[in-house]
Amino acid sequence: MELLLVFVIGLLYAAGVYLILRRSMVKLLLGIMLLGNGTNILIFLLGTITKGKPPVIDEAYKVFQEIYADPIPQALILTAIVISFGLTSFAIVLLKRVYALVDSDDLDDLNTPEEEDL
Amino acid sequence: MLFTVLTGLITSSLLIPFGKFIKTKWSIVLPFIPVFLFIFYLLQVSSVASGINFVQHISWVPSLGVNFDFRLDGLSLLFALLITGIGSGIFFYGRTYLKGHPYFDRFFGYLLLFMSAMLGVVLANNIITLFIFWELTSISSFFLIGFNNDNKDSRKSAITALSITGIGGFFLLAGLLLLGNIAETFIISELIDRRDIIINHSLYPLFVGLIFLGAFTKSAQFPFHFWLPGAMKAPTPVSAYLHSATMVKAGIYLLARFTPILGNTDFWNYTLMIVGGITMIYAAVHSLFRIDLKGILAYSTISALGILTFLLGLGTKDAIIAASVFILVHALYKATLFMVTGIIDHETHTRDITQLAGLRKVLFPVFIAALLAALSSAGLPLTFGFIGKDLIYEATLHYANNWALWLTILAVATNTALVAAGFMAGVKPFVGKLPTQFEKIHLPYSSMWLPPLILGVLGIVFGCMPGMIGDIFNHRAADSIFGAETEMHLKIWHGFNTVLILSLCTLAAGTLLYLFNKPSAAKLNAVERLNNISPQHIILKLASLVERFSTAYTNNVHDGFLRSYHFKIIVFAELLLAYKLWLSGPIQIDFEKLTPITWYEIAFVLILIGAVYLIVTTKSRLTSVVSTSVIGYCICLIFVFYSAPDLAMTQFTIDTLTTVLFVLVLYKLPGFINFAKKGVQIRDAIVALGFGVIISLIMLKVLYEPTTTEISDFYGENSYLLAKGKNVVNVILVDFRGIDTMFETVVLSIAALGVYSLIKLRLKSSEKE
Repeated sequence: MELLLVFVIGLLYAAGVYLILRRSMVKLLLGIMLLGNGTNILIFLLGTITKGKPPVIDEAYKVFQEIYADPIPQALILTAIVISFGLTSFAIVLLKRVYALVDSDDLDDLNTPEEEDL
Repeated sequence: MLFTVLTGLITSSLLIPFGKFIKTKWSIVLPFIPVFLFIFYLLQVSSVASGINFVQHISWVPSLGVNFDFRLDGLSLLFALLITGIGSGIFFYGRTYLKGHPYFDRFFGYLLLFMSAMLGVVLANNIITLFIFWELTSISSFFLIGFNNDNKDSRKSAITALSITGIGGFFLLAGLLLLGNIAETFIISELIDRRDIIINHSLYPLFVGLIFLGAFTKSAQFPFHFWLPGAMKAPTPVSAYLHSATMVKAGIYLLARFTPILGNTDFWNYTLMIVGGITMIYAAVHSLFRIDLKGILAYSTISALGILTFLLGLGTKDAIIAASVFILVHALYKATLFMVTGIIDHETHTRDITQLAGLRKVLFPVFIAALLAALSSAGLPLTFGFIGKDLIYEATLHYANNWALWLTILAVATNTALVAAGFMAGVKPFVGKLPTQFEKIHLPYSSMWLPPLILGVLGIVFGCMPGMIGDIFNHRAADSIFGAETEMHLKIWHGFNTVLILSLCTLAAGTLLYLFNKPSAAKLNAVERLNNISPQHIILKLASLVERFSTAYTNNVHDGFLRSYHFKIIVFAELLLAYKLWLSGPIQIDFEKLTPITWYEIAFVLILIGAVYLIVTTKSRLTSVVSTSVIGYCICLIFVFYSAPDLAMTQFTIDTLTTVLFVLVLYKLPGFINFAKKGVQIRDAIVALGFGVIISLIMLKVLYEPTTTEISDFYGENSYLLAKGKNVVNVILVDFRGIDTMFETVVLSIAALGVYSLIKLRLKSSEKE
């Protein structure tokens, strides 16, 4: 299964990189989201992956009695998911605002004011 | 001693709030600051002359060996007296010179800062402290040279001076750090004891070369001399101060200070002799062609600095004595001549010697001052300059290696030109017939002509009793440079010997040269034509080349397209990672460690691949957004399969929310327009695939590495015992890493505020464009 996940990570990275090389702002944002998802799985894979053993201590005991999934990558990813949501939601609203102002999804259109300054 | 350095710094900063105050009649307090310091150092003369050196130590960064160490020995004292003594004259002079100038307060602020920095340089006993003050002199002199900041030339000269001395300072720091690390001490007086280690070290030529670069740039040695004539754009009091006694002498001071530590090796002596020799003759000849009074003085100053470097290069006892005396000689007559030039400029508004004549009739006391200085510079018997010149010839004549003849010829030639240059600056404007346009000129306030007159008279007084003056001021300075007792004692009369004959010949030849050399604009232009091959031209050319290169580089790399930046960054990262991956050897996979694959896992991977394909190829925004959410749900499934229920729940919620938001906001937008050409798409696809492959390969490498679970075990064991929670992931987030999570909440709140205000923001139609 690990090999399959490695493939998924590579795929998500490749797609993400391809999308951020596009001119469209929406594609740029989607690319960033894909890169973020890829990174989450990457972190997940850094700990040993275990099936059906969540890191929750059994009701009857005070410590773990058997092998369990690594909690640290999970804690890190949880933070990452939430923070990237903050980023994404802000970016989406920002995109809408930019679209309302310049009436375009094209990143190159944002360069124009800068050239006028020169 | 620290307080003498601080006095100027503190008063300088006090001028910021009280600047307006000092522009009124209270400005009279300013000159008394250097006078007070001068008296302080005069009081130290007797004890230093008897061989006592004051040492002061104030800790600053002791762990790095950087401290405020000060030490007052003969050499430091000589320079401290010059800085404060000439400074006193300049302050009186400058107060009148700049009376009513709108930047009066600013000027004295810079000047005080500069004076303190110079005092710091000559008193420092720690090479790092020395360097800091050294840089401070560069910076404060930048402000002084560019004081007339509405003048383009002035700004340009200031920048040239700063960049030349600044680059030199950079090399100096490198050299000093190397020296300090090799000797394992930053304290100058301790370096002398480790001379053997230092001069036998294999890096000796390197750090000495770096220190040389620092000294040569500061002291305007060939080929870095050209910033000094440019610096003449400064107000004349600044030129008088910076170029007679202080700024440019800092390089000489540095060389003199390090002579007992690094000196007396072939590399040291020959470099200094060659550089000093070239500088002194080159600049002396150049000074003959100038028609601007300050230009003449600038080149003769460079030449004098060359002589000092040359003398330090000779390194014999005679040469060191000559150098220690010539420093004082030059400071006295050059400061006088500069101040005289300032008066002439101030009264006649020209410095062109082809126009100036007969001023003695209207500016008589100024004429006396200028004449005395010119005579001292010419080395007429009974002036201090005569003593200085004698000592120089003595030093060259007694140099070994059969070089004495050539060195003497060089010295005589330089001095002959300098005699003529001195007369051109000090006598020429005052003799002859007074042009009618200058007849109405009147003498300025006495505070302007008294300082040069006093300095001029001192040149004669010192010349009449050289024995006493030498014992008081120069003897210990020469000892400090020589690193041993020099048994120096100056005399007026050495008997009728070769030196005297040479001196008189120089004087005669110089006078003849002055009488026959008629500088004119035409001659100057002829010389200027050679500028194309001068160091100034070459260095400025280099500078413009660097500028052109950086413009081209910026235009190519920073083209303003986001995707092009991304492309460059990604390709660079790929190359770096691929190289590192290649270095780390072959990839191994431990199949036994892997978990088995089930059919439903294969199914979701297939869905994921399909979704990715859709995102990349679709022309519809909605499709791509939905596909992204499909990918999110697939990842959610991974978390479900592999024991991460919390992650699965979060991912599911967040992914749903994001999709809803996306659709709500973006559903109005039209479909994607495909801008890119086929070729560009293929290129990007290759780069993207390359990146994916590299990441996958790195991941495979990581999988083979054994995982350490120490920290995880800690959390697992203590989750309930310490934090009373059974869901370890939750406990980590809200307890062990609670503060982290708290700030995460803050970040989210800020993002939420941003989202809210962007949605609520309604722009007026005028602001839309």
